[in-house]
Amino acid sequence: MAIRTPSPSVFRPQQRIDQSVLNENRKLIEQIDRRKILRGAMSLGALTMLTGCDVTDRGAVQSVLRAVSEWNDGVQAFLFNPNKLAPTYTEAQVLRPPRYNAYYEIDEVKPVDVASWKLELSGLVGDKRPWTAQQIFALPEQELIVRHICVEGWDYIGQWSGPNLRQFLERVGADLTAKYVMFRSADDYSSSIDMATALHPQTILATKYAKEPITDPFGFPLRLRTSTKLGFKNPKWITSIEVTNTYPGGYWEDRGFNWHSGL
Amino acid sequence: MTEVAVHAPPRRARRMHPLAVRIMHWTNAVSMIIMIGSGWKIYNDEVLFGWLHFPDAITIGGEAQGALQWHFLGMWIFTLNLLGYVIYGLVTGRFWRKLLPVWPHQIIADTRAALRFKLSHDDITRYNAVQRALYIGIILVLVVQVISGLAIWKPVQFQELTALFYDFQGARLAHFVGMALIVFFLVVHVALALLVPKTLAAMVTGGPAVDDGRQPPPASGG
Repeated sequence: MAIRTPSPSVFRPQQRIDQSVLNENRKLIEQIDRRKILRGAMSLGALTMLTGCDVTDRGAVQSVLRAVSEWNDGVQAFLFNPNKLAPTYTEAQVLRPPRYNAYYEIDEVKPVDVASWKLELSGLVGDKRPWTAQQIFALPEQELIVRHICVEGWDYIGQWSGPNLRQFLERVGADLTAKYVMFRSADDYSSSIDMATALHPQTILATKYAKEPITDPFGFPLRLRTSTKLGFKNPKWITSIEVTNTYPGGYWEDRGFNWHSGL
Repeated sequence: MTEVAVHAPPRRARRMHPLAVRIMHWTNAVSMIIMIGSGWKIYNDEVLFGWLHFPDAITIGGEAQGALQWHFLGMWIFTLNLLGYVIYGLVTGRFWRKLLPVWPHQIIADTRAALRFKLSHDDITRYNAVQRALYIGIILVLVVQVISGLAIWKPVQFQELTALFYDFQGARLAHFVGMALIVFFLVVHVALALLVPKTLAAMVTGGPAVDDGRQPPPASGG
């Protein structure tokens, strides 16, 4: 793809746009078929008039639903006010122990061995040296008493503490202008959040619940605790953090749940 | 030729249900089906009442994520259509013309008449007091449903809305009650429309021409 010589417009960015994202995703972009999207839109339009009939072209309907979900990601990013704080509560309102949820039952939880556990860093991070649990535990802590809301509809008030994610990202020299922060877990779970949420003052890497180390079912030794996202956006047993401009998806996001899922 | 022109209704005579109203009515009907069917599936994942689960056969979306995708698609159709309808009703004066006045004694009298099957439907262009009260009520329920929906969707960004319903579960309950009222209205509304089929036809064809007092009557007096 030829890049035209920049004209001296005041609206043109000083630096050329980073082409790496385009290069990484070239294959995906070539797969996106505008005709397919149009066909999907038409099928959906027809569907509204044919309620009760079988939907023959399921793929087209799915692609429209996904497109609307992506549009809703954009709307939610627009609605997200980085200075708006989630309501906080008192210690007396905290649920002990917290409510368990994962893609498997609580008796299938495999505890993480803290001695061999490491937090790996990758992507747009200056200092990629892995962190041990002792190093993480030595960082300054922030406490949050906030409402956990699950996409299923239940909620509880939890008391979480651990290092502030923004301070952690600054400390390791992460590119804070990157788009996404991806978290991968010991149980092969994963989720990613937008940088604006990662930098929100109420986003922490939680190591404690109700002032005690988090117990195994709830993510020991390290989990994410945002105050502005649904529960499934807060992975437990984190083993790696990646800062990237390439959309990283996530376990439930890849299975059709809305990516932004901001509260 | 002149004779014909005098007796034919004016080509642009105002209908009981102008085209814009009909389009918005049926758009709303479709969006409500999407919202109710997908909402039932979302509800099933964490029920408010232990005795109440909606059978999968009458839900929309297949799995939870599919239902959520449908709900957040239907949300746009429903909300934008409702916004358009409310603006239309206020700007054109349709709300005042069709829905007011509505006094309690009229509602009581018309309810009695209806229960004795003595309520006249000769002129379907004028709503009786029961219809007026129900239509005003359902419009308000739909508006509150949008507010409780926003309170559930964005309990941090729109936490002031969530607080209107006490807390997150309060907003969920309000959203559920709103759904129940809408389903109740839907059942009554459809049943009555089927009982007086010309009202149903009017929502498709536009119904009889009306003199709504906004335009001077045609010179022919037709």
